[in-house]
Amino acid sequence: MSAVGIVVMIVVIAAAGYVLLYSGGGSGKPNTSTSAIVQAINYTGAIQGAGATFPQPFYSNLSAQFNILVPGVQVNYNGIGSGGGIKAFTNLTIDFGASDAPMTDAQWQAVPSLAVHMPMVIGGIVAAYSLPGVNTGLVFTGDLLAKIYLGQVYSWNDPAIQALNPGVTLPNHNITVVHRSDGSGTTFAWTQYLSASNANWASQVGSSTSVNWPLTSSSGAGSGNAGVAALLDSNHPYSIGYVEYTYATLNNLAYGYVKNAAGTVVQPTVDSFSAAVAAAASVLPRGNQTWSQVSIINAVANNATAATAYPVTTFTYILVYQDLSTVPGMTQTKAYALVAFLWWATHDGQLYAPQLHYVPLSSNVVTVDEATLHTITFDGKALLP
Amino acid sequence: MKARNQGITRDSIFRVLVTIAAAITLLLIAAIVYELYNGSTASIKAFGLSFIVGTVWDPALKNVFGALPLIWGTLVTSAIALILAVPLSIGIGILLSEFAPRVVRFPFSLLVELLAAIPSVIYGLWGIFVLAPTLRSSVYPAIQGILGFLPLFSGEVTGFGVLTAGIVLAIMIIPTITAVSREVFNSVPNTQREAFFAIGATRWETAKHIVSYARSGVIGAIMLGLGRAIGETMAVTMVIGNRFEIPSSLFQAGYTMSALIANEFNEANGALYVSSIVEVGLVLFVITLLVSAVARALVWRSLRMYKGASME
Repeated sequence: MSAVGIVVMIVVIAAAGYVLLYSGGGSGKPNTSTSAIVQAINYTGAIQGAGATFPQPFYSNLSAQFNILVPGVQVNYNGIGSGGGIKAFTNLTIDFGASDAPMTDAQWQAVPSLAVHMPMVIGGIVAAYSLPGVNTGLVFTGDLLAKIYLGQVYSWNDPAIQALNPGVTLPNHNITVVHRSDGSGTTFAWTQYLSASNANWASQVGSSTSVNWPLTSSSGAGSGNAGVAALLDSNHPYSIGYVEYTYATLNNLAYGYVKNAAGTVVQPTVDSFSAAVAAAASVLPRGNQTWSQVSIINAVANNATAATAYPVTTFTYILVYQDLSTVPGMTQTKAYALVAFLWWATHDGQLYAPQLHYVPLSSNVVTVDEATLHTITFDGKALLP
Repeated sequence: MKARNQGITRDSIFRVLVTIAAAITLLLIAAIVYELYNGSTASIKAFGLSFIVGTVWDPALKNVFGALPLIWGTLVTSAIALILAVPLSIGIGILLSEFAPRVVRFPFSLLVELLAAIPSVIYGLWGIFVLAPTLRSSVYPAIQGILGFLPLFSGEVTGFGVLTAGIVLAIMIIPTITAVSREVFNSVPNTQREAFFAIGATRWETAKHIVSYARSGVIGAIMLGLGRAIGETMAVTMVIGNRFEIPSSLFQAGYTMSALIANEFNEANGALYVSSIVEVGLVLFVITLLVSAVARALVWRSLRMYKGASME
């Protein structure tokens, strides 16, 4: 074979491979628009983001995968906490921020220019416990969990727990209540659920990244999911706490099901989290409106029609400025790269969510994010076609 | 002549350099105080003195912040650490400089100093997985059996609490105090020892004199240890229980200032909340200064009294 022939053959094979790669994206579902958007990136350099720690493993993985796809673009993400993320975003020291809770109206109005919220991935929180002889599947209600955390229900064989779990032998032993010692989006979601389910909790404790915990007779506090889990092991029996669903499943913790407002006992699964998002999605604002009131938990906790929804389900957000020229040092090409990355992250990037035990966005939320990305501009000019 | 001029120039250059180095330290401290004060003005305005005597920390509902349980926790854990660590460390220091055979001194000092190089998070993990369970299952019940009638040693024993935090802190500051005091004892001139032996003093009397002679260095060593104990964050956070309450028993869970800052600053939301956490930092800074000053004065005085007695 002549040299020319070899060159022609290589070119043909490469072209075929290229077409295959970008038409299929490896997902089996052709997504030509995403690949076209990514291919149009004409930027080399870093994009800086910072914020919530909960989605950090997911964002780090997205960054690595995106770097394979577009070798010139390095997306750096620092998990400094949601509060720090909002602060750095407001002070214009990063290109995008991330937060587990949406910005409050005060925060949203304090930013130098209009900021948009983009739900990026979904998380669920479960009640995990260490109870000798009892495995996963103990049934709770939000009201009962609030009463346990208030110290009003303090024994495992309390009639309120027994009534929800007929046939389970519950020990006559005091409940040790475990909570997070560090401020966290997980605590925010958990206390929001307790507030929505129990009026006493709402009026006495409320919801935040860290709260004034009622001083029950027996309690413990651990730092991070790991710290809570350490207080729920076999050395600490008769305890109950709350952790990320993914953390509970990865570490084989026993966790509870929830009887939701529709009266259905729901097992926390990717499907029941998605059902919760679907129940809340009809009332989602546009990206450039305020999101301060958005809460899947509040939308589901007392919604008697969301039969298959697991109520303790929450978004985590990425924050960007609607006009990216707000950020110092931003250029047209860099702004486009950021928007293209976010588009890819909400589409093909979601494929990486389940393997890291996050819940991918449902299609109705992706639609909201798509509309948001179309409104993002640089110096007033839209970035996406 | 030329060489002498050169020497003078070098001298003045050196003096300027040293002055600059010292000035930078002072500027840094001033900048920290300014930044802490600046960050906490909102909280100081809102709560005033009630921040220091308040016992409620509610970022969710009432937005009320009071730091007394944190201040209490910091002071008590540091005090426990000093009570446990100072006699031990000075003892080890004396042993290493006066009593131990020459062959053991070097390896033993090395091992003690190795303790200082262990990251605090490791001490914390060890506290969670080894120390706390051991204390809970055997040591604390024994203490409670003997002293349980005192409120200080009453209540449920979980292994996580003020006393455990104090013990971990003591272990962490022993190498610091030991290493510095051993160096200080070593630097005591041999003439002092020879003079004491010459007048027929026992080794015990000589050792007492050495400690007294080196008192300012020993105070420095204790201050270094105290500084580490007051500011220590990671290890304490992991074993103290992080319960926002003034515990009545040493077995109960408590909270310290640095632990709260580490726990809550990252995810703090809302201007007053963040400002209150910064004010905790300011209070911690002021308390560190005050405690160092008071402790230095106290130790100085007691050592001088002791020295006066030994001279008679």
